[in-house]
Amino acid sequence: MTTMIRDSWTMTQRGLAHWVRMPGQVIAGMAFMIMLVVLFGYLFGGAMRVPGGGDYLEFLMPGMFVMAVTFGIAETMIAVQADADKGITDRFRSMPMSQAAVLAGRNTADMFNSVANLAILIATGLVLGWRVRGSALEAAAAIGLLLLLRLAVLWMGIYLGLLIRSAGAAAAVQTLLFPLTMVTSTFADPASMPAWLGAIAEWNPLSATVYAMRDLFGNPGAGGGSWVAEHALLHAFAWPVVLLAIFVPLSVHRYRNLSR
Amino acid sequence: MPAILAEGLRKRYGSKEVLSGFALSVREGTVCGLLGPNGAGKTTAVRILSTLLRPDGGRAEVAGFDVRTRQADVRRRIGLVGQNAAVDEVLSGWQNLVMFGRLHHLGTRAAKARATELLGRFGLDETGKKPVKQYSGGMRRRLDIAASLILAPPVLFLDEPTTGLDPRSRNEVWSMVRELVAGGTTVLLTTQYLDEADQLAGQICVLDSGRVTAEGSPGQLKSEIGGDRLDVVVHDAADLARAAGVLARYSESPPETDADERRVSVAVRDRVTALTRVAGDLAAEGITAEDIGVRRPTLDEVFLHLTGHKEKETDLTGRKKEVVA
Ligand SMILES: Nc1ncnc2c1ncn2[C@@H]1O[C@H](COP(=O)(O)OP(=O)(O)OP(=O)(O)O)[C@@H](O)[C@H]1O
Ligand SMILES: [Mg+2]
Repeated sequence: MTTMIRDSWTMTQRGLAHWVRMPGQVIAGMAFMIMLVVLFGYLFGGAMRVPGGGDYLEFLMPGMFVMAVTFGIAETMIAVQADADKGITDRFRSMPMSQAAVLAGRNTADMFNSVANLAILIATGLVLGWRVRGSALEAAAAIGLLLLLRLAVLWMGIYLGLLIRSAGAAAAVQTLLFPLTMVTSTFADPASMPAWLGAIAEWNPLSATVYAMRDLFGNPGAGGGSWVAEHALLHAFAWPVVLLAIFVPLSVHRYRNLSR
Repeated sequence: MPAILAEGLRKRYGSKEVLSGFALSVREGTVCGLLGPNGAGKTTAVRILSTLLRPDGGRAEVAGFDVRTRQADVRRRIGLVGQNAAVDEVLSGWQNLVMFGRLHHLGTRAAKARATELLGRFGLDETGKKPVKQYSGGMRRRLDIAASLILAPPVLFLDEPTTGLDPRSRNEVWSMVRELVAGGTTVLLTTQYLDEADQLAGQICVLDSGRVTAEGSPGQLKSEIGGDRLDVVVHDAADLARAAGVLARYSESPPETDADERRVSVAVRDRVTALTRVAGDLAAEGITAEDIGVRRPTLDEVFLHLTGHKEKETDLTGRKKEVVA
């Protein structure tokens, strides 16, 4: 057990060292999210109607947090795929280290990374005028749910990273993230979309998390009316847990079966 | 007890049987060269022996431990240099070695000391702080080898360790292997370079379509294909066919003709007799020889002989036709 903790820490340090060695990549990722906030908040913000009224930036930010966290899946997937591709995973597998630490270290490193990302995005929102209007406890719950979602997509990323063979496939999966994160209630009220698209957006599990975030942060557009929005909190908690229940065992199985 | 032992190893991918009864035994403190054409299953065998891959059948022991049931014990005693350098490209060489040292459960200080020591030993002290991304292929290879020597493992697997290296780096790797073996390490080395096996390995196993088809010391393998070789280079290419006819009298196997070099060569049993008789016969037939000599066969010839039977037979009939025409 102590071996596992020690090795996990070494693996975490490796992830953090990557971060220090490649600040460009990290900064680019953050700059992209900040750019989206500014772009949507200011460029389209004026033309957008917030359901139930209210400030568009306040409507937007909770969805941006969800989006940023969801994009984390690509980071994890690409890192895991690259390690397998370069043979580093094999080196770890041929060493007398804790094998659980390989996956655990990936988890902690990526979670550290996400916490920092989220902090910067929250700071950006605050600077631009977004406000937390709920209680501190609710805000903490919101951040907790975001990190739960990050953990869920992290394990999805590990599984996909072990599954796909090439960096090209990783890029393809990454591209799919755009429609997945855009067709939600993040940018506009699904009720304002064409019926079929609105239905997809409303039932996109990410929308439930977005509704829950708005509710907990006390921001406008928390919805009401639709069944998904009514039970947003429950959904926002339940579906990442379901993902974890699926992808943790799948990933562990896949890692073990690298020796097949 | 052999340091590496494999019996009847089988591995299939889909319908393709990659290893079909692979067997090997390597004595402690020796180098075994695993030779074979592309796709013969060398990497697959190394991956099974280094616990990365589960065999479908058969048994293997490394340092006395079963690779299937005692993985942790095996992993504590092996170093693996895979076919592709497996180091972290983002980190520096030094960071890589410190990380691997800590994952081998050295203390932080010991891991750092070992990293510095290994960088020095592999001539990487100057570039040690640079990210591996900026390393040349040879430097990466050396770092990769250094990373597998953190704990001075008793058994070392080297999968084509010198592919892509310049002659100097190759020599460095060779002298490193010799040094390790002198210190008692057992090495299993796969290679495409026959001179490499010739240089390093006391025992050579030729792997062909999933099984070891020949085994022995380099010398034994060479004599197995019919002793020495007699080469004749004729002055006039038109004489090649007749020269081949002369050589054929003194050998059980058909002569091989190389038209470009105007050379005919053949395996001979009794080198001195063959040499004098052939020289006499050629003179009698009025064939001018530019060069004539007897030599030991190269491992390349052994290799082609052992792994290329089918291609070679058709090749030879092709040549025979040439000779007849
Ligand atoms: N993961 C895999 N899935 C399917 N086939 C595989 C896999 N790994 C290897 N093979 C096949 O097994 C055979 C042997 O491969 P292996 O890598 O062991 O050969 P090798 O002797 O190391 O060749 P080389 O000299 O090219 O390195 C090849 O035909 C290869 O295509
Ligand atoms: Mg190979």
